[in-house]
Amino acid sequence: MKIKVYVTLKDSISDPQGTAIQGALTKKGYEGVKSVRIGKLIELELSDRPEAEAKQAVEEMCEKLLANTVIEKYTYEIV
Amino acid sequence: MKFGVIVFPASNCDLDSYYAIKDMMGEKVEYIWHEEEKIEEYDCIIIPGGFSYGDYLRCGAVAQFSKVMDAVKAHAEKGKLVIGICNGFQILTEAGLLPGALVRNRDLKFICGTAPLRVENSDTAFTNKLQPGEVIEIPVAHGEGNYVAQDEVLQKLKDNGQILLTYQENKNGSKEDIAGIINEQGNVLGMMPHPERACDPILGNTDGRKIFESMISYLKGGR
Amino acid sequence: MNLYEELGLKKEEYERILELLGREPNELELNMYGVMWSEHCSYKHSRALFKHFPTTGKRVLQGPGENAGIIDIGDNMAVAMKIESHNHPSAVEPYQGAATGVGGIIRDIFAMGARPVALLNSLRFGELDNSERVQYLLDGVVEGISGYGNCMGIPTVGGETFFNKSYEGNPLVNAMCVGVIEHDKIHRASAKGVGNPVMYIGASTGRDGVGGASFASVELTEASEEKRSAVQVGDPFMEKLLLEASLELLATDAVVGIQDLGAAGLTSAVCETATRGEGGMDVDISEVPRRESGMHPVEVMISESQERMLLIVRKGQEETVNRIVGKWGLHSKVIGKVTDDGRLRVREGGEILADMPAESLDSSGAPKYYKDYHEPKHMKKSRCEDLSKIPEPKDLNKTFMELLRAPNIASKEWIYNQYDHMVRTSTVVKPGSDAAVIRIRGTEKGIALTTDCNSRFCYLNPREGSKIAVAEAARNLVAAGATPAAITDGLNFGSPEKPERFYEFRESVLGLSEACRELDTPVISGNVSFYNETDKAAIYPTPIVGMVGVLEDVRKHMTLDFKEENNVILLMGETRDEIGGSEYLSRIHGKETGEVPFLNMAMEIRTQRAVLQGIERDLFQSVHDLSEGGLVVALAESAIAGSMGAKLDIQSDLGPDRVLFSESQSRFLVSLKESKLSLLEQALISEKIPHSILGKTGGENLQIKINEEEVINHSIKDLETNWRGAIQEIMEK
Repeated sequence: MKIKVYVTLKDSISDPQGTAIQGALTKKGYEGVKSVRIGKLIELELSDRPEAEAKQAVEEMCEKLLANTVIEKYTYEIV
Repeated sequence: MKFGVIVFPASNCDLDSYYAIKDMMGEKVEYIWHEEEKIEEYDCIIIPGGFSYGDYLRCGAVAQFSKVMDAVKAHAEKGKLVIGICNGFQILTEAGLLPGALVRNRDLKFICGTAPLRVENSDTAFTNKLQPGEVIEIPVAHGEGNYVAQDEVLQKLKDNGQILLTYQENKNGSKEDIAGIINEQGNVLGMMPHPERACDPILGNTDGRKIFESMISYLKGGR
Repeated sequence: MNLYEELGLKKEEYERILELLGREPNELELNMYGVMWSEHCSYKHSRALFKHFPTTGKRVLQGPGENAGIIDIGDNMAVAMKIESHNHPSAVEPYQGAATGVGGIIRDIFAMGARPVALLNSLRFGELDNSERVQYLLDGVVEGISGYGNCMGIPTVGGETFFNKSYEGNPLVNAMCVGVIEHDKIHRASAKGVGNPVMYIGASTGRDGVGGASFASVELTEASEEKRSAVQVGDPFMEKLLLEASLELLATDAVVGIQDLGAAGLTSAVCETATRGEGGMDVDISEVPRRESGMHPVEVMISESQERMLLIVRKGQEETVNRIVGKWGLHSKVIGKVTDDGRLRVREGGEILADMPAESLDSSGAPKYYKDYHEPKHMKKSRCEDLSKIPEPKDLNKTFMELLRAPNIASKEWIYNQYDHMVRTSTVVKPGSDAAVIRIRGTEKGIALTTDCNSRFCYLNPREGSKIAVAEAARNLVAAGATPAAITDGLNFGSPEKPERFYEFRESVLGLSEACRELDTPVISGNVSFYNETDKAAIYPTPIVGMVGVLEDVRKHMTLDFKEENNVILLMGETRDEIGGSEYLSRIHGKETGEVPFLNMAMEIRTQRAVLQGIERDLFQSVHDLSEGGLVVALAESAIAGSMGAKLDIQSDLGPDRVLFSESQSRFLVSLKESKLSLLEQALISEKIPHSILGKTGGENLQIKINEEEVINHSIKDLETNWRGAIQEIMEK
């Protein structure tokens, strides 16, 4: 089974990358770009298992490794 | 003869290139602000290393849209010299002045040190003071110096003698050990290693001078 | 719990606030007191001891109390430097913690008007070998330093990394920055000129880092995890723009005072500039650029968002500031003005939100404690430990290799090769030597830089260990050919509220003071980080000494590598039976005990002088200071660096393990041409410096005989592979 994990900075954390890209887009003439936030997309392929089990495993992976919950948050979807 | 060193926000080897040309090579050199549109007065443009615009999206991705880069493209089309060093190489590939791209080093770590480079083609504006097969020691400092290109592009680079310098010890994972390439016309060089860091004797290495000496000799018409 | 307790204030401190204000503080005021009176900002547990530090000298232009200290190096040139810790944030989020630590210390330097030219980092972690956690921390911290420093275009030229179990739960990340400035360009952080506008430049203010100051003052426990949003994300691109814009601004006469927004953010910046200037300031926080909507005034005032500066601008020059700052793509905003009524007023539009005596917030008004102290129990026990029973290893050749591969001895190039140490093309001696040497462009001079602290010695004997830290830092500089000039100290300790920990701190300050006085290297800046302890244990006392030295002629710098065959190898100084606290005793015998090596300061000074004079007279081919691992490790390092072997024949009454691994102080390993030997010996004899000729350079092996018996024989190639590869192997396993 395939799972997509999205890791992004928490809303309260500044995102220098996003800010720089927002500036560049504006400079290129794309008006109205109010905010850009950058994150990571992580695609996992797990051996098949019940959905609840998969969720638990993915959440644990996120908490322990994929995201640093000090500054990042995560969401995921089972594809 | 006049050199111009482009200054982008967060260029940081601009000063090193400037001093290498001025103090070590004894030639005229000026800084060029990234918003400048007129650069006709310069014979050679140096795009220095650094982290232009923070390099936050991809290295060089934002810098290619600077006003000065349109002028650099026009300068290159006229056959005048351009050398992009490190971040400058990345900007030149993003701007389409050189083929391929530079991605993260194979081991995902920034590498700083001195790399022995082999001269693959000495019949160019940038290497005429070197011998084919000669090995020069040039400092490297980059996190994304891993040169990649499609096979047919690599083949073309080889066939045309566009590969100027290769790593003796390939630490960043570059295809064909590529450290520096020129465009088809031979007037635009991009290289990850820093020749400007190897010019001053007090730093214990002057191998980089030969690159600049070659360019100066070419510009004086004496190649 | 009362609000003041939540803010980390004690009852008597709260009562003092009532007295100072003559009324109950409101929430904003209380929060401002909370951050300003935190340990981190007020140094309340350490300040009382600072009077012991020698802080003046013929070179000192600026002592402690400003953003950074400054020394004169002649030719109208001066050097600014400071070290600062970022321990707690790095423990929680190693990449960003380390990165923002580097960012903060760089701002301290350019806030003086100086151009930052070098960075150093002093790092401490738990044992590296078998801990995934430690490896994760090391990896993240190094990447954070590399990510920030490299982008700034400031070379990271030196530092040290030490692994010890006491740092398991509390890694230390101390960053040092050095800048160069012409005398007449020095700027200070003071708000002079009543009515002058106060301007804010740089990044917008967000909620990140809210509570960072009080966060840094609470012992790390499981509960602190909830406070984690206190970690900030660094933006080196923004900092680079801020650096260039600030230096360009300071070259005009528009700026009267400048201060970076560091710990305690805006609160600290307005308070410090006000008290150093006319005494008061009026700030309107509705003018403060914000990244997020709906921020509470408390959040605005104590946010520790990075990459921000405060300027005190000459009235009428606001446009100059806007123009220069705008050129660098940054925003500037007038947020207040200088007053002389001694009050710090914070308003939001017309409404006054806080109104308090500025001085009462500052360290002059903050409480000051001198806590009880007593010697830790382990000290007496280890002093009395009989080390004569330590068994001699059967195979010294093997023991030596094991020691050479120990993470504390092995090459740190896995670390420093991730740092751009060559940018600015001024790094004359690169990392991996005793000290880094930077040339000062436009002059013939150079400066040598190092950080040092053997915290195992400081644990066993904080007073002597701290003296040794200063002496060894000086020795490192001398080995590079530089005259030691001044120090910045990064004092990392456990809780000062525990008598054993405060004892360590007190002894350490006294030891540093004594050594700095004798070696004529005043303390010009520094930082204290307390509460580096977990529920289980405190760190070893770690007073990191960052030292700068001056070379009048940078071409005369010296390096540690053997240069040519058939040079004489000579040891200056005396090797004694001193393996107490040594790396050998720890790594090979698993003991951290014993009395630390004896430091004879008079001998130290004479020996350092003799080395400097020898370098001046071109007597040496190489000079290397002896430290962790003793003589044989120094020999291996000189041999590896020069890709050249050596043959040594040593006569000694000591046991062979002592000869090889003892960490006796005041020793240098030198190599020289045979023709210069008599000149050197004359000098050493007249200065009464003990010395012995050990052998000669040459060949492909390091061979050592002690009393005619061969104890060490390895090829240099083998030594090099092991020494260079050890840390990389662990990290890439």
